Amino acid sequence: MTTATNETTPAATGAPRGTGSTTTRVLGLTALVGVGVLVGLGLFWSPPEEVQGDLARIMYVHVPSASLAYLSCFVTAAGSVMYLWKRSEWWDTLAYASAEIGALFMAFACITGSIWARPTWGTFWVWDDARLVTSAMLLLLLLGYLALRKVPGDPDVRAKRSAWLGVLLPINVVLVRQSVEWWRTLHQKATLQPLGGGAKIEDLMLFSLFVGFVVLTLVWVWLLIHRFRLAWLERRVEERELSVAIDERRAEARVSGSGAARFGSAIGPGGGP
Amino acid sequence: MFRDAALVAAKDLRLEARSRVAFNQIAPLALVILLLFAFALDPARGVLARAAPGLFWVAVLLCALFAVQRAFAIESGDGRSDALRLSGLDPAGIFLGKVAAIALELAALEVLLGLGVAVLYDASFGGWVLLVATGASATAAIAAAGTLYGVLAAGLRVRETLLPLLLLPVLAPVLIGSTRAFEAAFSGVPADGWPWLGLLTLFALVYLVAGALAFGSLLEDM
Repeated sequence: MTTATNETTPAATGAPRGTGSTTTRVLGLTALVGVGVLVGLGLFWSPPEEVQGDLARIMYVHVPSASLAYLSCFVTAAGSVMYLWKRSEWWDTLAYASAEIGALFMAFACITGSIWARPTWGTFWVWDDARLVTSAMLLLLLLGYLALRKVPGDPDVRAKRSAWLGVLLPINVVLVRQSVEWWRTLHQKATLQPLGGGAKIEDLMLFSLFVGFVVLTLVWVWLLIHRFRLAWLERRVEERELSVAIDERRAEARVSGSGAARFGSAIGPGGGP
Repeated sequence: MFRDAALVAAKDLRLEARSRVAFNQIAPLALVILLLFAFALDPARGVLARAAPGLFWVAVLLCALFAVQRAFAIESGDGRSDALRLSGLDPAGIFLGKVAAIALELAALEVLLGLGVAVLYDASFGGWVLLVATGASATAAIAAAGTLYGVLAAGLRVRETLLPLLLLPVLAPVLIGSTRAFEAAFSGVPADGWPWLGLLTLFALVYLVAGALAFGSLLEDM
């Protein structure tokens, strides 16, 4: 990436106008159809659960999104390890994209979980369940990782620091998980059995959950590819220096009409470095 | 490596002995935090005595943030980070030295905070072996993780706001573990506290190893 110049970078010469391609369009359409099927299965075709009734339906999206958030965490860690080994922009961008999608899915899982918990447990949040607290902590760790990614500066330095942070992510998740588990169970036995303990899960419900996993994984992959490409393009834009961009804007302002020229002169005097 | 660590630790502690920043600013701040907790939690109902272990460690964590900021502030500006790199010291040694200096400062602070908790919160101490062992492990854990995340945020314009966001969630297991172990010691059933001591020691070891491995690479662009 350090050898890439504006002339050899495809993004600079044949600048793509978006992050879509045939693959992502097919993938996106498949995911969209899948979401439709999941809505049908989850809300209409599958029977209500014995103990929780219709409440259990939220599990068809909640469980897969939480799982995919943990997967994102491990993809970020893997991308970080590979970046530290290979020093390639590809792995760095993968770690970044995956962390952002992971934060999104984890936030979604926390929100859907809270919506489910309010009528079931009578409260939006409990501290008794290690999974809840671990997930919330992972969300915070991912937000910290993303905050470091957003700090302006040398891309290589940022990539290296982010990579070390990414490597530590799963270690922290394991440590948090262990401590939260003990935190409660050393003093009191788990009082809550999510998903009704020994309740029977009917075949169609299990199938709906399976479809939920497949569909949300498709959405996850689709988002990941787009976010990856967007991050890649962001980096290309970053590489083109600010002065180049200002020159272009000024040239545009001279060519187009008086309104644009007025705008151009407004940024003209103090804008350049 | 350990000789380099001793050099760096001695340098940082000498700087502290001469500038007295931790003594003059961080230690009084710790007492302010203890007072704020007392104002927030009505002392008349005995909440403070019961919550004393947790409040103690929250105060330690907050002060640790400042200690870590300070440890890297003394390496920034005037080309001091370049000097550190050019010194030829083993990066792992620099890391361990920084950890040792922060840990010793925190340990002094914990003694002060312990006195404050005993006097202001009317907490009763017991189980001294567990208390001292927990204090040592947790301090090493906080110092090791703090130094690693400190160098991750060092040199950035947003380091003051970034470090707490990165470090505090990571230290959550330390807070849980040290609080539970202290509670066990305070309540006279130290047996409950020993598993936590194991967790704290594991945490400290993980971060000491990770920091020693990562520090060289991160030091390059501090």
